[in-house]
Parts: sequence; C-alpha cells; structure tokens
Amino acid sequence: MSHTILSWAMVFAQICLVLAMALAALRMARGPRAQDRVLALDTLYVNSMLLLMVFGIRTGKVIYFEASLVIGMLGFVATVALAKFLMRGEVIE
Amino acid sequence: MSSIEHAADLPAWAALAVAFFLVVGAGLTLIGTIGFVRLPTFYERIHAPTLGTSWGTGGVVMASMIFFTVLSTRPVVHEILIGIFVTVTTPVTLMLLARATLHRDRAEGNPDVPGEAPAQVLVEDGAATKAD
Repeated sequence: MSHTILSWAMVFAQICLVLAMALAALRMARGPRAQDRVLALDTLYVNSMLLLMVFGIRTGKVIYFEASLVIGMLGFVATVALAKFLMRGEVIE
Repeated sequence: MSSIEHAADLPAWAALAVAFFLVVGAGLTLIGTIGFVRLPTFYERIHAPTLGTSWGTGGVVMASMIFFTVLSTRPVVHEILIGIFVTVTTPVTLMLLARATLHRDRAEGNPDVPGEAPAQVLVEDGAATKAD
C-alpha cells in the first residue's frame, strides 16, 4: 500500500516538474525582455535538477545525483554570466 | 505503471515520508513556476521561482536523503550538498539579475522604477545645473 503511494507520488512529482519546465520554457519563448528569458533559463535549470533527483530516487542510482549537481553548478555560472552581460554588455571586463 | 523493485524492502513509514516530501517539493515548484508565468511585472516575477529553489529543492533533497539512508541502512547525506549549493547561489544570482534589470530600466528612463540612490542623484543634479 505505502509502496503504491510512493510510486504514484513519484509519478505526480515528475508530472509536476515537467509541467513546471514547460511553463518556464513558455516564459522563455514569450518573455517580453531579456531578463525574463534569463530568469526562465535559471528556473529551467533548477527544475531539471529536481527532475533528475526524482529520477535518481525512482531508479535507485546515485549517478543521477552527480548529474543534477553538475546541472546546478552550470546553472549558477550561466545565470551569473548572463546577468553580468545584461548589466555591463560584456562578461569579463 | 512501473513498480519500484529496488525499494521493495523500504519500510512503510519511510515510503510515506519520501512520498510526502516528493509531493510537497514538486508541487511547490510547480506553484512557483505558475506564478512566474502569471505575474505581471518582472520585479514581481523574480520572487516566484524562489519557491522552487527553497521548498522545492528542500523537499526533493529531503526525500532523496530519507530514501537512500533507509534503503542502504547507513547515513547518506551527500544530497545536502545540492541543498546548500542552491541555498547559497540563488540569492546571489537573483540579486545580480535584479540589479542588472534595475540598471537597464534606469538607463531607458522607465518611469516605473525608483531613481538612483540619493548621493548619486545629488551629483547628477549638480552636473545638470552646470550643463544648463
């Protein structure tokens, strides 16, 4: 019984996260200005990180955790670089 | 409906706790992203996805920690790395992004944003009077 609940909770979590990624992609396509697109990219990174962690729980493999850690770090660097670009017009001064 | 064979010897309380944290984390992430799509201005929108980076990440990380700790009968806490990392980096990126947006809005003369800080306003006023 509790395993059925866990199984459905994983399905629910995956559907929620995929929907959230779709909404972030919608905002990235529609977003009126550049900062909206950058923020949508950041949201997309976080959501895909969480989706990979749910995948890791579902399959019981630790390799997904490492992938999501890499995605989190890349997302941080990408968002900082893009915000710097929006502020100054160049990334490295 | 795929079953989860590798979690067959997970006790019921742990399965329920993992399910609870998964649903809370993923649901709050979805709610935050819905807010990100629906809110009208950028300065309001920038608040919404933080729901996913605070409780969303916290819930999924907690679920993963409980799952692997109970399943392998030893403390598995390396997921806390992701939690710490996201908690530390989200304010940094969002502050940078908000300041860049404010800079862009001021440079365009957008009337909806507040002007420069008082000291800089004084300097600009002086320059303006000199120019006049």
